[in-house]
Amino acid sequence: MLKKSNLILVTLGIALFAFVPNCKKGAATATLASDAASRVYVAPGEKDEVYAFLSGGFSGQMSVYGIPSARLFKIIPVFSVFPENGYGFDEETKDMLKTTHGYVPWDDSHHVEASMTDGKQDGRWMFLNANNTPRLARIDLKTFETKEILEIPNTAGNHASPFATENTEYLMAATRFSVPVPQASVAIDSFSKGGFKGTVTMVKVDKNTGRLSIELQVLVPGFDYDLSHCGKKKSHDWCFFSSYNSEQAHKMLEVGASKKDKDFILAFNWVRAKECKDQGKAYNFGGEYVNNFHDENKPAVSTKLSGVKMLNPKDCPGMMYYMPTPKSPHGTDVDSTGEYIVGGGKLASVIPVHSFSKMMEVKDKKEHHSTEIEGIPVLKYESTLAGEVQKPCLGPLHTEFDGQGYAYTSCFVSSEVVKWKLGTWEVVQHLPAYYSVGHLSIVGGSSTEPYGKYLIAMNKITKDRYLPVGMELPQSAQLYDISSGKAELLSDFPTVGEPHYSQMIPAKLIMDKTAKLFPLEENKHPYATKNENDAKIVRLGSTIHIYMTAIRSHFKPDIIEARTGETLYFHVTNLEQDYDIPHGFAIGGAPNMTNLLIMPGETRTFKWVAPKPGVYPFYCTDFCSALHQEMQQYIRVNP
Amino acid sequence: MKTLLFQTLSKRNRLLILGVGLVLISVYLIPIWSISIAAPQYPEGLGMQIWINKITGATPYDLKNINLLNHYIGMQEIVSESIPELLFMPYVLGYLIFGAFITELYPKVGMAILGIINLIIVGLVGLSDFWRWEYNYGHNLNPEAPIIVEGMAYQPPLLGCKVMLNITACSYPSYGGIILGLSLAVLVYILWDENRRKKTNAV
Repeated sequence: MLKKSNLILVTLGIALFAFVPNCKKGAATATLASDAASRVYVAPGEKDEVYAFLSGGFSGQMSVYGIPSARLFKIIPVFSVFPENGYGFDEETKDMLKTTHGYVPWDDSHHVEASMTDGKQDGRWMFLNANNTPRLARIDLKTFETKEILEIPNTAGNHASPFATENTEYLMAATRFSVPVPQASVAIDSFSKGGFKGTVTMVKVDKNTGRLSIELQVLVPGFDYDLSHCGKKKSHDWCFFSSYNSEQAHKMLEVGASKKDKDFILAFNWVRAKECKDQGKAYNFGGEYVNNFHDENKPAVSTKLSGVKMLNPKDCPGMMYYMPTPKSPHGTDVDSTGEYIVGGGKLASVIPVHSFSKMMEVKDKKEHHSTEIEGIPVLKYESTLAGEVQKPCLGPLHTEFDGQGYAYTSCFVSSEVVKWKLGTWEVVQHLPAYYSVGHLSIVGGSSTEPYGKYLIAMNKITKDRYLPVGMELPQSAQLYDISSGKAELLSDFPTVGEPHYSQMIPAKLIMDKTAKLFPLEENKHPYATKNENDAKIVRLGSTIHIYMTAIRSHFKPDIIEARTGETLYFHVTNLEQDYDIPHGFAIGGAPNMTNLLIMPGETRTFKWVAPKPGVYPFYCTDFCSALHQEMQQYIRVNP
Repeated sequence: MKTLLFQTLSKRNRLLILGVGLVLISVYLIPIWSISIAAPQYPEGLGMQIWINKITGATPYDLKNINLLNHYIGMQEIVSESIPELLFMPYVLGYLIFGAFITELYPKVGMAILGIINLIIVGLVGLSDFWRWEYNYGHNLNPEAPIIVEGMAYQPPLLGCKVMLNITACSYPSYGGIILGLSLAVLVYILWDENRRKKTNAV
């Protein structure tokens, strides 16, 4: 008896001994480049090679990192207020967060898309989706600021968004949560009876100004549309949307939406859709939405719009096809040649790859149709299939391409990135990720010309990777070098919010075009004060407009008097014309208003209602000069 | 000596003087002097250019930023309007160019000598005036300035580089100044050449 238990203990001990060191070694060095530190080291004074723009997930923001150093450069506020610089609070930017639901100062931002010309990144704009309150935003890469936000009506959960066509003619936005369209109080179990619908929205991007407008919506069956990518080169006219819950389950989706062996990738010919619209086949449909535009150095203008053109697939034959794809596909990614459409079935045991040429060949031949759903032909799985990557990993999600004939797919469940070859569908490398990788991104990996040097994997879980900081661990991403035959792990880095997806762009495309200041002579702000001698206080009844200037190291006017209850607008113009000299502006105890950071040559407005009598200091919050600490003054509030 | 003064310039030397006159016109269009400023907080540097009729920054914003720096030590603001020399300098240059053209009508060595004397006077007066101007800016400081360093003046160098607090200021002729210098050299060469010709002719 004793002998036996000893034996068990010894066996266990040996097993543990054998297992533990191996496991540790395995996790730490499986693919780590031996000189990884020097390959991510960017010496003082040198610059990174690549900009990485990461969506912030539940932070609603976008962050900018340098690659390979993985240093955080900036957080660009997009859908969430940002007390650090006053975004969403001041008179200039508060209207950026207006929606038909009112002021929504937060969102859930998943996908970053780069503007493209001829399928190549052009470094002009970044686009970001808001999943919760359907919106999409345009961020200008000259100023790295949010310039425009467009609300998407007749949809819920703007998840498959914003994916751009080859020349950024359009951004696509599709429903994640199908809902009654138009909204109504409908019994939830009518979902499966066609009571719920999805929409695919074509958002037009003006090619010169970037201004956004809704061109058209297409009413599609009530599935959950998850992700999208648009075609390139020969597949230029098409965008592809993955969908799940084709079962149309409405409770316990975990089980209900995972029953069928295959869901669909929706192939959408947007050129055809526009044609049908121009032929008058779309009809007027309701839907209120808001467009917020922040012109350079002017207050944002929020415009309420109403109505869209709606198109039914049955009225526009040849516009949409369903390609069956196993199983609850997440990613739908088009390779650099435009030929292969890779599905990422998160519950699938293969990575299915559709062939665009095959699809074109069979799409209108009845013998290749299995059925039709609400006017959309369903093609047979085998008819469009180019091949399957067999047993690549568990939970394949999203694929990007290196331009060398290889694809990289993230695998959520088995926490790895698999590298495989297009055409032979052979897996050539497994790269462990730490842990539960969602999307991945290659520099230019979704364009026609990837700059296939770096790949980042964006993870959901970081147990054991960093010093613990309480229950919520840092969100994280990992950097791999994929420039040689064998991809190597270079570094781990924590991120802001959840790094859901990213676009990486070679630095040389952007760095020389960034703005350094706003030229004062071009400042068109209605409350700008371009010369200290013009600083003044204008009273209009119980409203006081203070035309204020800020320059190293003082404000003018510097003494202000008001009465309790009066409304004061501090229109502060930063008179500096020097690179990197913003001034801050904050008033002690100001409620409902945060700090302002005012860039050189910019005017921003701080609204303040004079509180109970007293003397209130205001001061510069951005360390501007040797006399920064002296850059302070007072407001006297009289009874 | 008198023979040399009234010796008619050779055809080539006349053309050279005409050339000097024409090239001097370009001095209206380019800076004559440049002062550059380097400091740790200005890794890209700041620059100031002195033209025949104005003072500008090397970039549209440099002069403003130099003045912003200077206000800490109480230096007067540098603006073209506060420098009266810039009002008559264009006429002095016009006089020199006019002289070159007159020489075409009256091509005597004496005119070249006059040109040399004029250029030297303009140069010496200009440089001493520039020095005086720098001296005034560097020493005439506001006693209420935020930063006062005992015994410290901020006169930039007339020629070369000088370190003042954490700032290195360098002062050199710019293209226009170089052209003025070269013009003088050409005239001196003509004088030397004519003198040699006279000797050759005499022998």
